[in-house]
Amino acid sequence: MLRDITLGQYYPADSVVHKLDPRVKLFATMIYIIALFTFQGILGFAIITGMLIFMIKISKVPFSYIVKGLKAIVVLLLITAVFNLVFTPTGTEYWHWGPFHLTSTGIMNAVLMTIRLIYLIIGTSLMTLTTTPNQLTDGLEKALSPLNRIHIPVHAIAMMMSIALRFIPILIEETDKIMKAQMARGADFEDGNLIQKAKSMVPLLIPLFVSAFRRADDLAMAMEARCYSGGEGRTKMKPLRYQGTDRKAYVILIAFLVLVIVARVLLRWPQ
Amino acid sequence: MAEIILDKINYTYSDGTAYEIQALKDVNLQIHQGEFIGIIGHTGSGKSTLTQLLNGLLRASSGSIYVDGQDIYDEGYDMKALRSKVGLVFQYPDHQLFETTCFEDVCFGPKNQGLDRKDIELRAFEALRNVGFPEELFYQPPFDLSGGQKRRVAIAGVLAMKPDVLILDEPTAGLDPAGRDEILGLVSKMHRELGITILLVSHSMEDVAEYVDRIIVMNHGAVMFDALPKQVFAHYKELEAVGLAAPQVTYLVHELAERGLPVDTQATTAREAAQTILSALREKNVI
Amino acid sequence: MGIIKAKNVVHEFFRRDEEGNVESITTALDHVNLDVKAGQFIAILGHNGSGKSTLAKHINALLTPTEGVIWVDGMDVLDEDNTIPIRKTAGMVFQNPDNQIIASVVEEDVGFGPENIGVPTEEIWTRVNQSLEAVDMVKYRKHSPNKLSGGQKQRVAIAGVVAMEPKCIVFDEPTAMLDPNGRKEVIATAHDLNKKKGVTIILITHYMEEVVDADYVYVMEKGKIVMDGTPRDIFSRVDELKEHRLDVPQATLVADELRSAGVPIPQGILTRKELVDAIMSVANA
Repeated sequence: MLRDITLGQYYPADSVVHKLDPRVKLFATMIYIIALFTFQGILGFAIITGMLIFMIKISKVPFSYIVKGLKAIVVLLLITAVFNLVFTPTGTEYWHWGPFHLTSTGIMNAVLMTIRLIYLIIGTSLMTLTTTPNQLTDGLEKALSPLNRIHIPVHAIAMMMSIALRFIPILIEETDKIMKAQMARGADFEDGNLIQKAKSMVPLLIPLFVSAFRRADDLAMAMEARCYSGGEGRTKMKPLRYQGTDRKAYVILIAFLVLVIVARVLLRWPQ
Repeated sequence: MAEIILDKINYTYSDGTAYEIQALKDVNLQIHQGEFIGIIGHTGSGKSTLTQLLNGLLRASSGSIYVDGQDIYDEGYDMKALRSKVGLVFQYPDHQLFETTCFEDVCFGPKNQGLDRKDIELRAFEALRNVGFPEELFYQPPFDLSGGQKRRVAIAGVLAMKPDVLILDEPTAGLDPAGRDEILGLVSKMHRELGITILLVSHSMEDVAEYVDRIIVMNHGAVMFDALPKQVFAHYKELEAVGLAAPQVTYLVHELAERGLPVDTQATTAREAAQTILSALREKNVI
Repeated sequence: MGIIKAKNVVHEFFRRDEEGNVESITTALDHVNLDVKAGQFIAILGHNGSGKSTLAKHINALLTPTEGVIWVDGMDVLDEDNTIPIRKTAGMVFQNPDNQIIASVVEEDVGFGPENIGVPTEEIWTRVNQSLEAVDMVKYRKHSPNKLSGGQKQRVAIAGVVAMEPKCIVFDEPTAMLDPNGRKEVIATAHDLNKKKGVTIILITHYMEEVVDADYVYVMEKGKIVMDGTPRDIFSRVDELKEHRLDVPQATLVADELRSAGVPIPQGILTRKELVDAIMSVANA
């Protein structure tokens, strides 16, 4: 069930990518997405593919592990491909039936869109595969800290995110226990129509909420007892500091984006 | 009536992955109507898995379970009926209490059994009375109750389904000594008066020693001992080696025996120990 | 003056209806007096609802007295300026290990307290290393707390408190949700901190066998301290303990039975070994 999804779950390994500052990885993901949607022509495609292969290689995450994650979105990919394939009315027409057309542009769009989606998923999951949720929130907190000036509580949001990440597995396990406890009393979570199903959720959701509130209460007290009083005056055990490799990574990323744009201008074939 | 037979039961978590854990290995058991059994083991010994297999919440990886001569893994076997027959009360009552009043909460089980309203209420009333739940709290919300009272409502919630077998998974976890004694006393009373089979899961030998008439010790997913309490405690050294302690009294009488005092090493309660020590001392004419 | 001193402390919980009018008042603490010397190992016994947890929360300034005074290392808990210094002085370990671990990695959780009080990065690392060593959890430092056993989680929580270098640690029923192995781990860790680091320990529990090795024991019931003394003193009063619905160690019970049958067994037997010796000396007399 929920725990079978490998898409984007942290994969521990000792690699350059794992050691990069999370801010660099956030930036890289952004650059990569921009590149994916600006590139045109075979050259741009080649550059992006090269970059992706390079990143996967140095991240030491097995390629098969990444591909396994793609299984979760096969249906989505198929739907997008089919839609692009039969609903593009322009270009040379090969076949049509009612509202459906099969055209050269359609085929091109379908292929392009599928590739973009696959690349998008692989690229972004590479970030989450190599960054722990905590590093990610740390990175976000630091990267977004300018927003503090316009009174957005960045620290509090980041703290909430990391606590949520810690408690998700606990609450999943708890949901499982509650379901079993109610099933032992004859509850049925599978059969019945939509309304019956919604109703059958009540015995599951109420204990879950009661427990979540109790945990929140306990946790608030435990944090207070450990002198937590917001972001002010806090020091960091693992402060984010840029290293040499981080700077190099920034240079490589910008060069990569420039290359993709240059390729788009110089060699637009095929559209 | 319920007679349960487990035949070569194996259970594996996360089968076929790197995280594979064999929770139960070749477990053979026979549980007779009216028995009061303690299932002892520490965390991860497979005792909780075992209880969930018995009422069909988990399905064994291999092996068969027969309830009243019927294989519960046969096609078309009514799992819902099995859960009415073999009731399971989980460790934390907070995982099941959800209604606005205690009474309504106890009604949940019988309601799922498809009884009509009159029977449902009758069952709930009877169950709450059987667990000694005070009547003035019947229509209070279950969330503010003390740990011991919540436990009673949770037990009543299963009891109201009129099971032949009642499995209690560590019903005393988190209770103080007084609360623990009350719940264990209650379970023992239910066994006597209602004549149901009871399986009491615990990690404490000491707690169940004076109540149950048979102990099954689980270790690393296998049945280590299955015998009368006194017989099981005689293996106190082996128990110690796997991290389970026999009652303090067992150690006491064995140590005395080792030092030459002729005491009966089968004593398990403080009173029995005192008696055998007294008679040993009298025999020696020192008192 | 001792490190913790409570004088006539009263705490009342008010239950209010929807308009904010007081519906009922529960007296959780009823004129409690306490005097703990630095370096002692104190146990507070009582069953659920006896007020022992309410008392614990006063020592950490999570609750403040309705009446009376508490001083923690000379600081009055009623003075709000003292709140943070008091929490630095008296750390607290709670009952449920899951609900007090904040981070998803063991070492980061241990660092949480020092981060909050503004300890410089370098020193945080030193403190984290030392605290993990003190609770014997160094090899789990990179683990997720979710994969640990109850006893191990509780040791992580203890390390998190130790890293703040408090003079005193209050353990609020740290073993209530653990199995016997976990219970042993946690109690052993508490004794270790007391002996090796000289930390004052206040252990709140309802398990009798955990208080046997304490320096001094208080027994609470209905918000009052009803008994106090050394463990030996407390355990020689078997009838009183039973009256307060507390468990008595099996060895003490057997000793009591024998004594009432006329066997000359001394008062205040605590351990099995003491009892065996006492019985054998009668037998060989």
